[in-house]
Amino acid sequence: MSETPVDPEEVRHVASLARVDLDDEAADAFAEQFADILEYFETLDEVPEVDAEPELVNVMREDEVREGLSQDEALRNAAETEDGYFKGPNVS
Amino acid sequence: MSDYNAYVTTERIEGADEGPLAGRTVAVKDNISTEGVRTTCGSKMLEDYVPPYDATAVRRLKDAGATIVGKTNMDEFGMGTTTETSAFGPTDNPAAEGHVPGGSSGGSAAAVAAGDADLALGTDTGGSVRCPAAFTGTVGIKPTYGLVSRYGLIAYANSLEQIGPIAPTVADAAELLDVIAGPDERDATTRDEGADSDYASAADGDVDGLEIGIPTELVDGAHEGVVETFWDAIADLEDRGASYHQVSLPSVEHAVEAYYVIAMSEASSNLARFDGVRYGHSGGFDGNWNEAFGAARDEGFGDEVKRRILLGTYALSAGYHDKYYKKAQDARAWVKQDFDEALSEADVLASPTMPVPPMKRGESLDDPLTMYLADANTVPINLANLPAISVPAGETDGLPVGLQLVGPAFGEETIIRAGSALA
Repeated sequence: MSETPVDPEEVRHVASLARVDLDDEAADAFAEQFADILEYFETLDEVPEVDAEPELVNVMREDEVREGLSQDEALRNAAETEDGYFKGPNVS
Repeated sequence: MSDYNAYVTTERIEGADEGPLAGRTVAVKDNISTEGVRTTCGSKMLEDYVPPYDATAVRRLKDAGATIVGKTNMDEFGMGTTTETSAFGPTDNPAAEGHVPGGSSGGSAAAVAAGDADLALGTDTGGSVRCPAAFTGTVGIKPTYGLVSRYGLIAYANSLEQIGPIAPTVADAAELLDVIAGPDERDATTRDEGADSDYASAADGDVDGLEIGIPTELVDGAHEGVVETFWDAIADLEDRGASYHQVSLPSVEHAVEAYYVIAMSEASSNLARFDGVRYGHSGGFDGNWNEAFGAARDEGFGDEVKRRILLGTYALSAGYHDKYYKKAQDARAWVKQDFDEALSEADVLASPTMPVPPMKRGESLDDPLTMYLADANTVPINLANLPAISVPAGETDGLPVGLQLVGPAFGEETIIRAGSALA
C-alpha cells in the first residue's frame, strides 16, 4: 500500500491549487486512480543517487528591440477585450 | 481525404514555389502553431484558437516548398498513447482498422498510412511519434533533444519533447528532418549540430559491420508475437552484415515512473496558462477570477489532461517534491548514464518500439496506469535526450510491429542508415 493514500478530499485540495473545478464523482474516480498511480511512483525510492554532471550552459544574446505582435494580433484570441486590453474576471 | 478522422482541420497552405519539398504534401500535428489556421491541441480549451504566428518548423516547411494539407488529430495536449483522448473524437488505424493508431501523434501517422499526405510532422514527448509510426506501419523519428526548434510548439513537457517526422520510408523521413533540423535563435535549447544536415543521403541501407546492442529489459515481457517479429528483423539485419550482443540497462525498470512524474510536473506548470482570458475557452465572468478559471479549466480540459495536471501539482507540492520530482530527476540521470555506457559498445540499441501490438479501440481508456506502462520502451529515450527511429519490422496476426533503433546524441545518420536497411 502507498504510504500516502489519497482521499477525495485531498484530490479536491490539489484541484483547487490547480484551479480545476471537480464534481464529487470526478474527485472519487481520481482518488481511486491516483492511489494506484502514486503507489507505482513509490518505486522511485529504489533509485540510487547519481552523480550527474550537468551539461547545461546559459545561452545569452543581446537584448535588442525587434518587431513583435501588434496589439490587434495579441488581442485577437481573447474572449473579451476593452480599450485595447484583455478583459478578465474580477480579482476578488 | 479518407475517413479515419485523421484531421481536426483540413486546409491547404501553399509553400514556396521551389525547394526540396516542392510538390510534397505534409500533414502537421495540431499542437504546432500555424499562422491564421486554428491550432487546437485536440482540446476543447483551444477549439477556436488561431495562432498569430508560425512555428519555426512550419515556417521551414513553407520555405522548403511543402504544401500543408491540414492539422492532424492527437491525444489532447499530447497526453495519450492511442489518439482517443482528443476532444474531436478518436482516429482509426488505416493499417489495422478497428484498432488504435497509437498516440499521441495518431492523426499524423494515420494521414501518412492512408496516403492522404506524403509526409507528416508529429511531436514526441515520451514516444508520441514512434508509437503511432509502429502501430500504423510507418516510419517515425524522435530527434536528439535540441536538434529541432520547439518555437511555436504548444508546450506539454519542455525538457522531453521534440518535433519529428513521420513518413512511409526512412529516406522520406530523413528528407523532412533535413528541412526542420538546425539552430533557431527563437529556441535557446537548439544546437548547431543540425545545421546543413544531409540525413537523406545516410539512408543507403548499408549495415555491414554495424554493432547492435539489445537491452534485455526492453524485450523480456513484451507480447510474444511482437518479440518474434523483432528477432526476425534482427536476423534480417544480421544477414546484411550487422551483428548484435545483449546488454542490461537496470535503470529502465524505473523509467516509466520517472517519465510520468517529470512530464506531469512540467504539464501542471505549462498548462497553468490556460485561464480563458487571453485565449482559450472562457469560464465567463461570474464570481472572482479563481472561480472563473476553475470553471474554464473544468469545461475546457478532458479527464486525462486533468489527471496529469493534478498529479503534477501533487508531485510538486510542499512535502512531496523531494519524494517524487527529485527522485525522478535522479532516475533520469541514471537512465542517461546507462544508455551512454551501452552506446559506448554499440553503434545502435534495438528493441521493439511498443511492447504490444495496437490495442482495439476503446479497450484501454478506463485504466490509465496500464496505458502508461505501454510506453515502457519509448520513454527512456526522451529521458536520455537521445535520437531514435521506429521502422516497420513486420506484422503479428495482421497487426503492424515497429522496431526501435536508438543512437548516440546527434547520431541521426547512424539510426537513419541502420533503419533504411528495413524500410
